[in-house]
Amino acid sequence: MIVLAVIVLAVGTYACKAAGPLFAAGRELSPTMQRLTDLLPAALLAALVATQTLATGSSLVLDARVVGVSVAAVAVWLRAPFAVVVLVGAGATALTRLLGWG
Amino acid sequence: MWSLPRTLRASMDGSVLAKAIPVGIAVAAYGVSYGVLAVAAGLSPLLATLSSLLVLAGGSQFAFVGVLAAGGAPLMGAASGLLLNLRFLAFGVAIARHLPTASLLRRALDGYYVVDEPVALALSGPDRDVVRRFRVTGATVVVAWVSATAVGAYGGALLGDPRTWGLDAAFPAGFLALLAPWLRRRSGQVAAGIGVVVAILLTPFAPPGVPVIAGGIGALVALRFADTSVSVPDDPGGSSLPIEGGRRPHEGSS
Repeated sequence: MIVLAVIVLAVGTYACKAAGPLFAAGRELSPTMQRLTDLLPAALLAALVATQTLATGSSLVLDARVVGVSVAAVAVWLRAPFAVVVLVGAGATALTRLLGWG
Repeated sequence: MWSLPRTLRASMDGSVLAKAIPVGIAVAAYGVSYGVLAVAAGLSPLLATLSSLLVLAGGSQFAFVGVLAAGGAPLMGAASGLLLNLRFLAFGVAIARHLPTASLLRRALDGYYVVDEPVALALSGPDRDVVRRFRVTGATVVVAWVSATAVGAYGGALLGDPRTWGLDAAFPAGFLALLAPWLRRRSGQVAAGIGVVVAILLTPFAPPGVPVIAGGIGALVALRFADTSVSVPDDPGGSSLPIEGGRRPHEGSS
């Protein structure tokens, strides 16, 4: 049953991912649609950051992740390289838990 | 040592790979924790590793094993994972117009690469290299995600709880870094800000996945705002403005 679920997830995911490249490759969009497709990743990435930082299932939880992602935000503001942002984010989260919170 | 995909070898000049490799490291950190959690949720180490290769969409895989670990039916887990992945329809369209129309097989492989990191990295830089950034980052993500899952799945017992190492914060921290180029424009700030607010407000009421998709409303609202850069402390001229929304010339091939 788990194998079947993995296959369903894999096939459905591929359908979502490949629809654009398979059916809309190289297609010119109207200026408004171009701006929309340019801005959509920003809105969706930001929503992902929010839920992965604050959500546990369907509840909003303040835990050590908030500290880690806040520190990562400062690193981004200071234009730290990608790997540094991730390392300080994970490191600050781990340190916060080591100190006994979240 | 495996033989590197052609796109990776072709980019050994460094500049694109130099951006892709840190992304691969972050993806690997998250992949290790996925491997550990997947096995804890009842997948065999082999199935956990295969799931990363076949699905290649981290957030949905976490949702999937999260439902399993909570005792839910496997197909329910797959459904909530798929809900999270609906956003890739939008990502796929966003990258599609840069892709060459050449071969069906090539586009089928490009479709496999449509996940957050390759699309974000590809679209947040100069136009001429969009396709190369997309493919190199895509190949890097595949290698990092699948091999890290295997490490977590087969060696997880040595690591213990991945939360101890803060690995659950690696993904949001990485997404924040990917988001940075947009945050230096007014329109991008509006899109991101509204995306955050909508996602948080919906989290208690909507099934996992829906809040993120609904956050896409932010992009619609942001259409009304200019793409002017917002000065940041060490960038007074906004010279690094990465994206000029709506004015990007058509690019038929790399």
